[in-house]
Amino acid sequence: MTDTLVAFDEVVERFDPALGLEVHVELNTNTKMFCGCPTEFGAPPNTQVCPTCLGLPGAMPVVNRKAVESAIRIGLALNCEIAEWCRFARKNYFYPDMPKNFQTSQYDEPICFDGWMDVEVEGETFRVGIERAHMEEDTGKSTHVGGATGRIHGADHSLVDYNRAGIPLIEIVTRPITGAGAKAPEVARAYVAQLRDLIVALGVSDARMEQGSIRADVNLSLAPRGSDVLGTRTETKNVNSLRSVERAVRYEMSRHAAVLESGSKVLQETRHWHEDTGMTTSGREKSDAEDYRYFPEPDLVPVAPSREWVDELRGTLPENPTQRRARLQQEWGFSDLEMRDTVGAGALDLVAQTVVAGASPQAARKWWLGELARRANDTDTAIDALGVTPTDVAAVQELVDAGTINDKLARKVFEGLYAGEGTPAEIVEKRGLAVVSDDGALSAAVDSAIAANPDVADKIRDGKVAAAGALIGAVMKEMRGQADAGRVRELILEKLGQ
Amino acid sequence: MTTELTRKTATELVDLLAARETTSVEVTGAHLDRIAAVDGDAETGVHAFLHVDAEGALATAREADERRSAGTPLSALDGIPIAVKDVLATEGLPTTCGSRILEGWVPPYDATVVRRLKDGGLPILGKTNMDEFAMGSSTEHSAYGPTRNPWDRTRIPGGSGGGSAAAVAAFEAPLAVGTDTGGSIRQPGAVTGTVGMKPTYGGVSRYGLVALANSLDQAGPVTRTVMDAALLHELIGGHDPKDSTSVDQPLPALVEAAGQGASGDLTGVRIGVVSELSGDGWQPGVMNRFQESVDLLVKAGAEVVEVSCPTFVHALATYYLILPAEASSNLAKFDAMRYGLRVVPEEGASAEQVMKATRDAGFGDEVKRRIILGTYALSSGYYDAYYGQAQKVRTLVSRDFSAAFEKVDVLVSPTAPTTAFELGAKLDDPLAMYLNDLATIPANLAGVPGISVPSGLADEDGLPVGVQILAPALADDRCYRVGAALETLLTDQWGGPLLAKAPALAPTTEGATR
Repeated sequence: MTDTLVAFDEVVERFDPALGLEVHVELNTNTKMFCGCPTEFGAPPNTQVCPTCLGLPGAMPVVNRKAVESAIRIGLALNCEIAEWCRFARKNYFYPDMPKNFQTSQYDEPICFDGWMDVEVEGETFRVGIERAHMEEDTGKSTHVGGATGRIHGADHSLVDYNRAGIPLIEIVTRPITGAGAKAPEVARAYVAQLRDLIVALGVSDARMEQGSIRADVNLSLAPRGSDVLGTRTETKNVNSLRSVERAVRYEMSRHAAVLESGSKVLQETRHWHEDTGMTTSGREKSDAEDYRYFPEPDLVPVAPSREWVDELRGTLPENPTQRRARLQQEWGFSDLEMRDTVGAGALDLVAQTVVAGASPQAARKWWLGELARRANDTDTAIDALGVTPTDVAAVQELVDAGTINDKLARKVFEGLYAGEGTPAEIVEKRGLAVVSDDGALSAAVDSAIAANPDVADKIRDGKVAAAGALIGAVMKEMRGQADAGRVRELILEKLGQ
Repeated sequence: MTTELTRKTATELVDLLAARETTSVEVTGAHLDRIAAVDGDAETGVHAFLHVDAEGALATAREADERRSAGTPLSALDGIPIAVKDVLATEGLPTTCGSRILEGWVPPYDATVVRRLKDGGLPILGKTNMDEFAMGSSTEHSAYGPTRNPWDRTRIPGGSGGGSAAAVAAFEAPLAVGTDTGGSIRQPGAVTGTVGMKPTYGGVSRYGLVALANSLDQAGPVTRTVMDAALLHELIGGHDPKDSTSVDQPLPALVEAAGQGASGDLTGVRIGVVSELSGDGWQPGVMNRFQESVDLLVKAGAEVVEVSCPTFVHALATYYLILPAEASSNLAKFDAMRYGLRVVPEEGASAEQVMKATRDAGFGDEVKRRIILGTYALSSGYYDAYYGQAQKVRTLVSRDFSAAFEKVDVLVSPTAPTTAFELGAKLDDPLAMYLNDLATIPANLAGVPGISVPSGLADEDGLPVGVQILAPALADDRCYRVGAALETLLTDQWGGPLLAKAPALAPTTEGATR
């Protein structure tokens, strides 16, 4: 079944989109939200569980203080108010991967509320209102076996892994974002991207969308242009890459427009995003019948963070990533393109640390985005996991600047670094990579090159100095690259009377 | 000798063990013999136990005797056997909560209370019967058949902790642990002539107590004397980091308070009689015994006044909104997915169909009734009118207590409006059944401690009556002091413990073995 769509340009001519984003961030605390179980990703199924996160009869939750701390830091970074007193609540519904058949969450008393974040798209700034950020626990994970689609329909049995049950989540909910018009898809993407950067800078989550540690639900509605009434929204669940966020918004805008233009009503429902086809399909219908019967969790006492603690946490906030990027770009004198490439390669912090270690910004950028990015790509390794530190890169560049090695030899030094052979200086020493400037050895190599190429030598004697390149190449080959090309040239010209 | 051992209080047994006049193996064995002789089944016996762990109890007893010999007992009660209500998780022992839905479930962990019993060296005799998920006042709602009152086996032993109270009253155990959500320790204590203490909310850890209503539940001692209750309370009570609602401060000196009270002197103690917790509709024999107790308190030097707590008349209605609401959510976890009963209605049934069929087959009528009530009370559109409103009234009940405790040190009332009624008498009338907890519920709503102490036998039927002593939160010691004083004065009057008047129980099975 294919949805009827309206071309995007036409959608924005006739409708104003309203966006809403609900982002779930899985915290990187060592233990779960309400028990002491470890949270490591990828452990064998049901090995990180206990009576509490399995919801066994009688077991009770205890709040993880570190998770509260992370929630408060996220709230502060999003310019939120921090509640002086708030409670957890039970969200009651039945599902096999939810051990207690209620999720311990927060309802009308979130720990963080009323914040904002400025999002930049192509030089334009959109202020996204943050309605709330609250704490909750994750559910287990179901795997449906036997069906063709991996979905519950058609499966002959399902397996549940409760390792994920009880992992702390922070759900960050925006207010409706209006006025973005044609830029709505980009604004949605930029919001999630900036939020992810902020989470990374705070160090509170692994922030890996592909592993599900950041999951976005995208709410969208359309209203006729100029109308100040919001339309009926759909909620597209689990959009798990930045590109998909943008595509999902674009798709839903086109689909909603087609529904509205055909005179029908948009169904208030959950939609599933399909990465492969770039489409959404209908999930369960969300109606008034869904009643979570929230009430305050009687097994927990209220969370009442002292103002002293909140202030102390305010002092631990990192520089806002967007502002930091602008500052660094200016300090380093990078073009927009250079900056974008650096960020895109995930090398911003590495370049920054390399600069701190003494390299020039351009040199740092050259190595990280050149040799090292290539290596990361070839070996399918994260760029910060190559075994090469910013200090190493700065040291290599220092050796180049001192004339001890050239760029070509520097690559051999990096090979030594990948192999863990020691510091750059030690590798130069061990591998004997230093540039040869001993005139005795060079002189002999030049002599044999002249003897081997009498025609070229004659041309140079006749004043065609440009021909020296051929002889330099021969000498460098003889010296296996370990020669200072400038000095070779000098010797050749000297010997041929130029 | 063994019969004599089962008649001893825990305090007396501690002395005998210390003096090497008996051993824990003898004491434990004597109680296991008694269980084998009188517990029987729901048709004939007391049926206080759902599961007896003779082997485990005797193994613990042997270890306790070794420790006594080595002079290294783990606690004051090391080696004293105990029964545990089947609502507390016991590692390796079945825990059913009186429900079919948990039949066969063996917890992989111990409740903190159970852990403390084990750490204290107490042999656990077994798990005691109860109304299903603690919903009831008669133990008739147990899926495994009712417990019978040792005073008259045609009558109810109270509930929900009828099993624990009956076990202690029938000399099957010197000590038991119960839980009290609206009176489930105190009311069975009253109708079986035993002592039952509901501690301050948060005074004893709820970790491992299968929740009925989390904001009301509290575990506590079930014993034959006030001093025994104090000893057990000091062992199981105190802060537990696994229960966020547990009180993070030391317990008051309970054994000391019970010792002080045993002198029978209450000079300077101010006692309030709650006017709303007695009167018309209360059994005359209950009121007579209560009045006698009040007179004795005056004689002991206490200053007794009448105190009004006007919102207590709304306590029952409030309770029956808060309890079902919390219970409906707590009981959602019983869905056949991970443990307990699993009913598959048809080949290829979906998870949802299995959940429905299992819950339909696994829960009894009273449980279903309360799940429906609670689901309704929490529903959107009704929340404010029911659950929200109930929480406000709850606050008013707490204020009534606070105001009363500005004038007096403790409050007293009869524990229950009637003596034990006939089995089946109120089974078809839930509202009549709920009225049994009229006097005990306010303490749960406010989180204050309360103890029920035997106050004699009603004239009409010769069945036990209890008096309830309520104290401010964290002042559990006052319950013990006043309770022990009353116990001393009454026992002197009776010329011995009330239970000495209970009829002897004929063995229910020939050649009982263990």
